[in-house]
Amino acid sequence: MSAQSVTQVSTDSIDDKSKRHFLIAATTVVGGIGAGFAAIPFILSLQPSAKTRAAGAPVEVDIGKLEMGQRIIVEWRGKPVWVVRRSEKNLADLVTLDSQLRDPNSEKIDQQPVYAKNAGRSIKSEYLVVVGICTHLGCSPSYVTEEDPVAKTLRADWKGGFFCPCHGSFFDLAGRVFQGVPAPTNLVVPPHKYLSDTRVIVGVDAEGA
Amino acid sequence: MKRLILATILLLPTLAFASTEGPLLEQAHTDLNNKTSLQEGAKLFANYCLGCHSANYMRFERIGKDLGFTEEEVKQSLMYTTDKIGETMKIALKPADGITWFGMAPPDLSVTARSRGVNWLYTYLLTFYLDPKRPLGVNNLMFKDVAMPHVLWERQGWQKPIYETVKDAEGQEHQVLTKLELVDKTNEKERVEKYRQEVLNLVTFLEYMGEPTKLERQRLGMWVLLYLFIFLIVAYLLKREYWKDIH
Amino acid sequence: MNNLLTATLGWMDDRFPVSQWWNEHLAHYYAPKNFNFWYYFGSLAILVLVIQLVTGIFLAINYKPDASLAFASVEYIMRDVEYGWLIRYMHAIGGSFFFITVYLHMFRALLYGSYRKPRELLWIIGMLIYLSLMAESFLGYLLPWGQMSYWGAQVIISLFGAIPYIGEDLAVWVRGDFVVSDITLNRFFTYHVVSMPIILLGLVFLHIIALHHVGSNNPDGIEIKKQPKNEKGWYLDGIPFHPYYTVKDIVGVAVFMIIFAAALFYAPEMGGYFLEQNNFFPADPMQTPQHIEPLWYFTPFYAILRAIPDKLMGVVAMGASIVVLFLLPWLDRSPVKSIRYKGIVFKFALFLFVISFIGLGYLGMQVPTATFTLMSQILSVIYFAFFLLMPFYSVWDKTKPVPERLTD
Repeated sequence: MSAQSVTQVSTDSIDDKSKRHFLIAATTVVGGIGAGFAAIPFILSLQPSAKTRAAGAPVEVDIGKLEMGQRIIVEWRGKPVWVVRRSEKNLADLVTLDSQLRDPNSEKIDQQPVYAKNAGRSIKSEYLVVVGICTHLGCSPSYVTEEDPVAKTLRADWKGGFFCPCHGSFFDLAGRVFQGVPAPTNLVVPPHKYLSDTRVIVGVDAEGA
Repeated sequence: MKRLILATILLLPTLAFASTEGPLLEQAHTDLNNKTSLQEGAKLFANYCLGCHSANYMRFERIGKDLGFTEEEVKQSLMYTTDKIGETMKIALKPADGITWFGMAPPDLSVTARSRGVNWLYTYLLTFYLDPKRPLGVNNLMFKDVAMPHVLWERQGWQKPIYETVKDAEGQEHQVLTKLELVDKTNEKERVEKYRQEVLNLVTFLEYMGEPTKLERQRLGMWVLLYLFIFLIVAYLLKREYWKDIH
Repeated sequence: MNNLLTATLGWMDDRFPVSQWWNEHLAHYYAPKNFNFWYYFGSLAILVLVIQLVTGIFLAINYKPDASLAFASVEYIMRDVEYGWLIRYMHAIGGSFFFITVYLHMFRALLYGSYRKPRELLWIIGMLIYLSLMAESFLGYLLPWGQMSYWGAQVIISLFGAIPYIGEDLAVWVRGDFVVSDITLNRFFTYHVVSMPIILLGLVFLHIIALHHVGSNNPDGIEIKKQPKNEKGWYLDGIPFHPYYTVKDIVGVAVFMIIFAAALFYAPEMGGYFLEQNNFFPADPMQTPQHIEPLWYFTPFYAILRAIPDKLMGVVAMGASIVVLFLLPWLDRSPVKSIRYKGIVFKFALFLFVISFIGLGYLGMQVPTATFTLMSQILSVIYFAFFLLMPFYSVWDKTKPVPERLTD
């Protein structure tokens, strides 16, 4: 551009020119580093605040009164967390579904803590604890039991599980996703541990994790 | 012209007349780096103040982290009002009850060290004295006709005022409060010293609570200034190089 | 690589005047080569404006303009939001630094006659920026909802009440309530974060356009545009703004940031001048603090207000003390622009003016005793005399001849 003719003025020697180039580079680099660091507090300020984190503290759930096949919903970090009590039959059914699932053995590590990487995706096989948010685009699926009259209209040979009304994803009673639906991964099992036989705390990892 | 401006700036302080002085403030030599002092102060605060005063902006968890308490210690020695460590220091006392009991709602103390000042708080807590004219039997040198009872009396003991008669310019005689004295003088020196240290601890904690990020601020400042000086040097060299063309 | 850049620029230039703007305002904008210390404050004021805009956006994200939540939300920012304290302190002291830079910038104009023909409009736009800045800072000061916020707003809005006939109704209209309240806070927040920033940005844009149209003044007060151009196409005493003044202003920025950071990290309250102690008490409409005063940058005008023992006349005087600044280009009738060629009379008058302005600023912070009020009155007279007598003494003043070329 025409500005060039003006900016390169009375530079007598090559030495001079390279000195200027060096100083421009040095100022740009030092200034750039400063600008980068200055941006950090602003970016971090958008993170959840201490207040938000306090509100997202672990929650205790009493599962003593939960009946077979029943589900309760508790709020943890503003998300629904489901606790479902599964019968022996439910657990037996899970194994038969493996061939229809994307990730039957819970290979994808981010979806559950290591202590829930097992057939039932749970600490105690009787209770499923899972975040009730579809891994597709964040809707909360509905709980559809095997006996539910709606089940037949949704999918053949339904053994009970979850159906996301937004885009039609299916999950079994271990929160495992079926093949051929939009959701890419199994439902997330949150960190949790048993304080006693009837009390679960969600948001805290089990010992040895 | 420059000299004129400079002269004006230098003259300014001498133009400043002596400002009106309030009662003499005791200097509280607080040290925010003194973790023991802060911890003791926090415990005193939880035990003596938190019954009536809240600190609605201060979280227990943060106190634990900043002052070096473990979570257990925080729960044991600070948290009497809640079981959630992420909570702020709220109180059960309703403002309306405060008005019934004391004539006013006890103010929140989160930023009291910034509104009142550390020295004011220190002197205030040292200068409660017996005054039978007051409903609660005490008055205060810093806060005339204060509504707050002397909560720390067990630690300090009661003080009585000593009056002296002085004549003013018009020859009128006045009773002037000159000093406060402990009523019970056993071990006076040790007790006074111990109480002063306790109040200092409490005030140090209040100062911390007024601005929990103060130390972090000063630490970060060193790095920022260091960086800016380096930037200044580079920028100056660049400027000098280009301005060779002009001069 | 270079070819690609040139090609991209060419493509852009065909569709948008990138190079044209670059040249007009930077590379081919010729500025006198003798800018001194006083010439840093224009670019520094822009820097502060940017700081205020950026920090302001991040504060607005967490602030709640509600009388029952505002004070707590500021403390929330100071404690719970990550680095919220840093952003809040930057914004709070940024207000004071804005006025520091703008006052020095204005004083520079006073020294070198930068308001004189052909820069009258430039000066007036600048004055409008100054007025907007006062409004912006006053509006923003209500937001922390402390005692000083509340009572400061109460007092200043009550000034409208001095206007005959419509005053009280106007004050109610401004507040949207009979006292300063949640309603007032809500609308002040909107003005502070939406209306005033748009106006300020617009005015700053006009200020720069006007400046680049008439060209910069300089410490000698010589019009370099009247000089012939040299073989490079520069005016004899002019140099292209870029790179010479860009690299120079970067040095200014570095020095300024050091001072700014020192205040930010080690004295954000600045002994009560930047953040007032009383403002850490939440607003209480039932109780006025013992002593209320505006922030330091308003105190000269506040002192003029208090100097006159009449509500209406006080307000009129305070208004006049600002209006008179607008008239400056026509009050100064000296044949020369710069203080360098003005005579002893003008220099002495300017000296007295500086004394009166700083003195009034000091008095505006003090409890008004009888002596202080008398001093305020004397200094107010000096303040006005500086302007109103200028048409006379600027003519009598023995000036020195102005050279053809810049002297340094």
